[in-house]
Amino acid sequence: MILIYLIVILLAGAILSWFTGKHNPVWPRIISLIALSIDLIIISLYVIRSIPSYKDWLIDIKFDWIPAFGISMHLALDGLSLVMLILTFFLGIISVIISWNEINSKVGFFHFNLLLILAGITGVFLSLDLFLFYFFWELMLVPMYFLIGIWGHENRTAASNKFFLYTQASGLLIFISIIALYFVHGHSTGVYTFDYLQLLGTSMPSSTAFLIMLGFLAAFLVKLPVVPLHNWLPDAHTEAPTAGSLILAALLLKTGAYGLLRFIVPLFPSESVTFAPIGMLLGVAGILYGAKLAFAQTDLKRLVAYTSVSHMGFVILGVFSFNELAYQGVVIQMIAHGISTGALFVLVGQLYERIHTRDINKMGGLWEKAPVMGAIGLIFSMASLGLPGLGNFIAELLILIGAFKANVLMSCLASLGLIAATIYSLRIVQKVFLGKKDTDWKMNDLTLREKVVSAALVIAIVWLGLFPQPVLNTAKPALLKTLNKQKEITFQNSIPNSDNAENILCEPSCNPLCTFVVKANSFNHKGSQSKTQSNTKGKKLL
Amino acid sequence: MTGKDFLCLTPFLIIAMAPVVIMIVISILRNYKVVYGFSVLSLLAAFGSIFFVLPSVPHTIQPLFIIDVYSLFFLGIIIISALLVTFLSYDYIKQLEGVSEEYYIIIFTSTLGASLLAVANHFILFFLGIETLSISLYILIAFQRSKSNSIEAGIKYLILASVSSAFLLFGMALIYTAFGTMQFGAIVAALVTRDPLSPLVLSGFAMMMVGIGFKLALVPFHMWTPDVYQGAPAPVSAYIATVSKGAVMAILIRFFFILRGFNNHYLFVAISAIAILSMFVGNILAIRQKNIKRLLGYSSIANMGYLIIILLTGSNKGIQASIFYLISYFITTIGAFGVITLLSSCEYEAEKIEDFKGLFWKRPWIAIVFTLSLLSLAGIPVTAGFIAKFYVIMEGMKAGLTVLIISLIINSVIGLYYYLRIITMLFSTSSDTKLPELSFIGNITLGIIGLSILILGIYPGWLIDIIVRFVSL
Repeated sequence: MILIYLIVILLAGAILSWFTGKHNPVWPRIISLIALSIDLIIISLYVIRSIPSYKDWLIDIKFDWIPAFGISMHLALDGLSLVMLILTFFLGIISVIISWNEINSKVGFFHFNLLLILAGITGVFLSLDLFLFYFFWELMLVPMYFLIGIWGHENRTAASNKFFLYTQASGLLIFISIIALYFVHGHSTGVYTFDYLQLLGTSMPSSTAFLIMLGFLAAFLVKLPVVPLHNWLPDAHTEAPTAGSLILAALLLKTGAYGLLRFIVPLFPSESVTFAPIGMLLGVAGILYGAKLAFAQTDLKRLVAYTSVSHMGFVILGVFSFNELAYQGVVIQMIAHGISTGALFVLVGQLYERIHTRDINKMGGLWEKAPVMGAIGLIFSMASLGLPGLGNFIAELLILIGAFKANVLMSCLASLGLIAATIYSLRIVQKVFLGKKDTDWKMNDLTLREKVVSAALVIAIVWLGLFPQPVLNTAKPALLKTLNKQKEITFQNSIPNSDNAENILCEPSCNPLCTFVVKANSFNHKGSQSKTQSNTKGKKLL
Repeated sequence: MTGKDFLCLTPFLIIAMAPVVIMIVISILRNYKVVYGFSVLSLLAAFGSIFFVLPSVPHTIQPLFIIDVYSLFFLGIIIISALLVTFLSYDYIKQLEGVSEEYYIIIFTSTLGASLLAVANHFILFFLGIETLSISLYILIAFQRSKSNSIEAGIKYLILASVSSAFLLFGMALIYTAFGTMQFGAIVAALVTRDPLSPLVLSGFAMMMVGIGFKLALVPFHMWTPDVYQGAPAPVSAYIATVSKGAVMAILIRFFFILRGFNNHYLFVAISAIAILSMFVGNILAIRQKNIKRLLGYSSIANMGYLIIILLTGSNKGIQASIFYLISYFITTIGAFGVITLLSSCEYEAEKIEDFKGLFWKRPWIAIVFTLSLLSLAGIPVTAGFIAKFYVIMEGMKAGLTVLIISLIINSVIGLYYYLRIITMLFSTSSDTKLPELSFIGNITLGIIGLSILILGIYPGWLIDIIVRFVSL
């Protein structure tokens, strides 16, 4: 039940904020803070209590919702969702605090939307029923649309419309795919259900599976975003209020990455391998193209937005490398990017509040005026370029090593992205904080509230850079679960006689993939059991 | 006629008696509140009597009527929609001094026509129902005699509806020539023995299709829709969009399913083409509209396009999906027109998109209902429209209607664009337009509608259960 409470607390907070906002604008802020803190505390208690030992799911609840269609309210928590939820609530709190002075009109409705988005994101990270997943997936959209459309900057209407249409159009594709999967599964087994666990391992012709997978991919890749479909992102990020940009970059994009890990790889194990070269290519294209565009921007917020495209390229590259190292990198990257890019957006917001421009050509020499802000900016620019000791370094390194095993060329090309990142990150520091000052801006340094926020973010990114192990440990079983599913199927496809698979598995040296399987199985509590299962399943398939 | 026949016709008798009583009351004492109260009570009584009839169905009254759960379900939907429109009309119609009481007489006669369509088992009753409905609608559309575009809309509807009725009648005559019967069941029996593709029969069906297509405003018989929606008083537009179309849909589904029309290749292709055309034309023309009533008119064309996909599924599940879709569409449309009605007065119709600018900051309550209605029309989750569209897509995919479903999906995105435009307007910074005070009844009705949209969107299981358990043909 605790998973439902997480969502209900946010929804209740949202409604309360709206109603109290009419009387006093402070109430919604406090209510949102309380609701998010309660959620954060609940979920943190879970980390402390039950981290080291879980098999499949930490919590798993399920009851009927629309039984006529086999739709159930199925929520479950594993290491991956746990990590993502902590990030969600942490950044949720940050976004409430940074909006404290920025949002002064319609405060109640603002926090209503904010909490509704966070409730949707929480739902996405927890749903194990595909219909429910789609429900939450769409639930995030409408409040985000309002957030951009009402509290955004000059071109907010166009940006919010673009955002909505892009995501909605791709959302409908995933919807069709979900329904198609539902019918394919129903026809072959007679059980019509949207339940993720039952839909896993649906046997279907490869071409069908590939088409269905493309629908899923469309939604996730638009959200992520991958390069040809990234058009909505710079506009939405630039026009959104700071809290909106923060949530967009740090959380909404992550739902796409989460979708890849949770749905694409386990549901379509062999088809995703077929797609992998294209996937990796898209990732590399995103890394380089995003970096190039980031470098070309003069609008600071747009610049940061394009760095997101670049950083998310690493995530796609990692996901389609199919090995444990890369997947660990992906998880760290999701968190590190959430924190570092979020922090950069916060910084841009703080600058905009003071000097009312986002044009970096008008800035320069701000370090003298605001040394603390400059230092924070420097730290997060360094994080963005992948300086060792900060979270992004671990992430990108792990992804590159993982990708190297899968595809040497792609990995080499992707590593060029690190150089590009250095260029645009240093440009931020150079143009904004150092350099000569053209205009004599009158500005204060960070206030106490802003210092607290920045300090929290700095601590988080440094901690992630120095001690990533707790995060890795938490997410590991979930990632291995995903990968095992993957390996089982691909091995059966590549090796006609499944008995031989056993022999090959015993010689780790012959195939880099095998070492991971052996390692994976030693982590897996019922490793041998699942292998025998997989073999029998393999025979069935053949 | 036996006692059981009378029992089964109770709802119709109540609806038929009410206008007579109102006429007598008006001739004695012209009092708006009395007439209004009586109308609401009669509609409630008619609705209540459905449950009274329920145990004794299915029952056939030869040769015209067939009263089964399906027809009672539609009857219920029709009466509830009429009731909601009545609730919303209170203030709007009250301002029409001198004729406001007569409005309710005509609401009853048109509702009678609509409900007859739900139980028709014979061409005669089919035609009687459609004519009773249409003639009442001519009057309702042109009810504001002082307004030129209201008169224009009325005359336009009069001429086009007459032509379409002529088509319908001619089609019926041709089929009668071919088979020598006008009863649905007998036609089906005759179809088995005769050649179903004889030119006589085919042209008969084609002509009926024109007539029905006109009433449902399907492309290419849709030209009247935007003008009529714009010219008619807002509550009447709501009435046309829901009751009138729902009733025609009821008989179309019944006729088509008894006939097993989806097995006929020509009909299948024709209906697919009409569905796809309606979706695209409706949605694309809606994009450029600046008048919300016209926009909703075009959106209703598209919605009927989505709905007739169901005809081609050829299963009871499809019928159930269509009923859920109709319920959600009715609630949503009445909600949207209800907002327009409440913001309009006899002198000024709030129909331009600019009239709604910043509504959210001035009248948050009805702006929320309006937003919910528009999101529901667009098929966004948490609203009834989403579940309805989902249901239709499910049944369509099950029946393998891939092309139609893909068109539906594409159109959902196009549709989203113009609904979003209105929503953006609602939430943009406010201008100084003056808004009328809202009536108590109107507020409550909109509240109920908004709540229903949410309930059906979040927890639709119970309604689906009811439909699946009871409704079949």
